[in-house]
Amino acid sequence: MSAEGGTTGYIQHHLTNLVVCSDSAKVDGVCTGFWSFHLDTLLVSGILGLVVFGLMAMLASKATSGVPSSGQNFVEMVVGLVDQQVRDTFHGKSALVTPLAITIFVWVFVMNAMDLIPVDFLPSALQAATGNHEMPFKFVPTTDPNLTFAMSITVFVISIVMGLKVKGVGHFMHEVFAVPFGIKLAPINLLFRIVEEIARPISLSLRLFGNMYAGEMVFILIALLGIYQLPLALPWELFHILIITLQAFVFMMLTIVYMSMAAESH
Amino acid sequence: MNINATLIGQAIWFGLFIWITMKYVWPPLQKAMADRQAQIADGLAAAERGKNEQELAAKRSADALREAKEKSSDLIAQAEKRAQQIVEEAKGVAKVEADKVVAGAKAEIDQEVERAKQALRERVAELAVAGAEKILRKEINASAHADMLVALKQDL
Repeated sequence: MSAEGGTTGYIQHHLTNLVVCSDSAKVDGVCTGFWSFHLDTLLVSGILGLVVFGLMAMLASKATSGVPSSGQNFVEMVVGLVDQQVRDTFHGKSALVTPLAITIFVWVFVMNAMDLIPVDFLPSALQAATGNHEMPFKFVPTTDPNLTFAMSITVFVISIVMGLKVKGVGHFMHEVFAVPFGIKLAPINLLFRIVEEIARPISLSLRLFGNMYAGEMVFILIALLGIYQLPLALPWELFHILIITLQAFVFMMLTIVYMSMAAESH
Repeated sequence: MNINATLIGQAIWFGLFIWITMKYVWPPLQKAMADRQAQIADGLAAAERGKNEQELAAKRSADALREAKEKSSDLIAQAEKRAQQIVEEAKGVAKVEADKVVAGAKAEIDQEVERAKQALRERVAELAVAGAEKILRKEINASAHADMLVALKQDL
């Protein structure tokens, strides 16, 4: 615990990302420009993703239609759950939607699950290992809006591309300009459409970010209580298991819904 | 909370993981799951078919059993009847044969009796002659029959 500057400093420190940038992007010695990178978010999310998807790919490569191994069984259970949601909601034909939904659910879940590790545990270990006791390091990538926006914008782009592909440019343009008020009110239709399309990724990413950020915040506040954190951390942790799963599920579910809206005619 | 180039990095990660899932995770799992589903469906169908066939076979075997039973009881009845018939026939034949034997025996006896009678008859004459001879020999003396001889002489 690098408790420099008391409680506020502790909280501040825990909510700061490890930033790197070139010297040209620095403003007053701090990386505030666009071309700076949150190293912790990139590393944790990347390593978690590589591990979990590598593991899944390994199990999938050994998948058999006979009696499955326990690992295959578990992966099949998760994948089957997601696939069921896709089947229920998305009625078009697409080789992308199910893998996309699986990726979102699994990745967001494991990233959220980093929240369950006590807030000071990994940062302290890392600080001890590097010898830099002032180094900030956020271990929950989903508390970084960069990540959630990156995901929601990707989903947004995929949904637009899918809309164009499934409906064709003509039909897509017709939908943009002539729905819901008819072609005579084209500008208003376009405006509605833009608001609708922009609201989706923003709400999608901010929902995940807000939930995880707030949860992390509560963990940090509980960690400040000294000995009293012991009876409090456990219930919040248990409750947080719900939030973690729920947020991963909601992100996945909304993605499927957006995909099906993009692929289906109004 | 500031938006920066991390966004791009995360989008690349995201795209990479989608690609991995799309290429290496989902298709083999989907195939395995679909195959297993098909196998289970096949297995269930086969079980159903087997059950039907077994029911059919049970019915068929029961039918065959009943038929066999009927046939066998028919056969037994027939055999009994036949046996009775044979016995009757044998009885008839035996009776006829016995009658024949009896008749033959009777005829033979009659013949024998006849022959004996014949023999006797022949012997009776002989015996009569012999007896008569004996008697004659004993009875013939001249004194006793002198009268008769005298009478004869007189007649001559």
